Amino acid sequence: MNYNTAQTEAIIRSILSDLLGLSPMQVMEMDSDTELFGAIPELDSMAVAGLLTEMEDRLDIVIDDDDVDGELFETFGNLVSFAKAKVSG
Amino acid sequence: MTALPHHLTYHISGGEEHVLGFGDADNTRKILIIPPLFDEMNRVRRMLVVAMRDLAARGVSAFLPDLPGTNESVASMPEQDLNSWRTALALAAEQLGATHIAAIRGGALIDSCLPDLPHWRLAPVKGASLIKTMMRTRIAGDKEAGITTGMDDLIAEARISRVELSGNILNLKMIEQLTAAEPAALPHVYAVTSGDGTDMIAGSALWLRAEPQDDAVMSAAIAAELDRWSASCGG
Repeated sequence: MNYNTAQTEAIIRSILSDLLGLSPMQVMEMDSDTELFGAIPELDSMAVAGLLTEMEDRLDIVIDDDDVDGELFETFGNLVSFAKAKVSG
Repeated sequence: MTALPHHLTYHISGGEEHVLGFGDADNTRKILIIPPLFDEMNRVRRMLVVAMRDLAARGVSAFLPDLPGTNESVASMPEQDLNSWRTALALAAEQLGATHIAAIRGGALIDSCLPDLPHWRLAPVKGASLIKTMMRTRIAGDKEAGITTGMDDLIAEARISRVELSGNILNLKMIEQLTAAEPAALPHVYAVTSGDGTDMIAGSALWLRAEPQDDAVMSAAIAAELDRWSASCGG
């Protein structure tokens, strides 16, 4: 399945809500500048493991862990851009 | 009245395993609950037990067996693989007189015991996803300790002896079986997921959280759904 930009963003929001126990309101308020890693205490390096697998499953993509660096989780915008590139690539 | 738990056992080759049970012995519907695997099991246990208590109040028995090597089991975890768990669950289902099977998450990878019984699955998951998350967690933990590990290194480690992932010591067979495992195609399967909508259970994906949590709304929704579903098919 090939998701468009809006669908990809919505899927990332639902993953963050499920994984981190954030309310739908909290994830809806996220924009591309919203800081994630370091700003949301629930998102630690262990949660990142689950985040990557959920992104693979729900977006039907494969993530090579060598492609993943700390910058990816800095902001919501970075995460969405990465996912969009994977979905369309 | 709040249903009290029954502490039961089932016999497997080499020992007995604990079963937490709720409901009167003369209930016609008896649901065997197959929990999620590894740390996901701990995260949802309380939510599941509350749902089981609610089921008992509805006149439906529910049983939650320990998988060999987990919880109260004296069996060795490193000796287990998906086949040993499937064998154990077939014995549990038979000895407890299960009329229905309900599997959650990775439980759906080992629920093919008594394949002719009606099966219900909540958010079934591929084994490859479970093992990948466990490996990623281990790699992240190693990285914090200044050690660089890759997935290939972990497989190589398992080939030599065993590998520790998220607190579970796994043998190579378990890793290989998990990597290939998908929920089996069975004659009577009804699958639901969590969320708001058709064929969805209201509540949150507690199995993905960092720590065990409770969700009374989800417990009630699971009990209501299992009551409805089990009444609609057999028992």
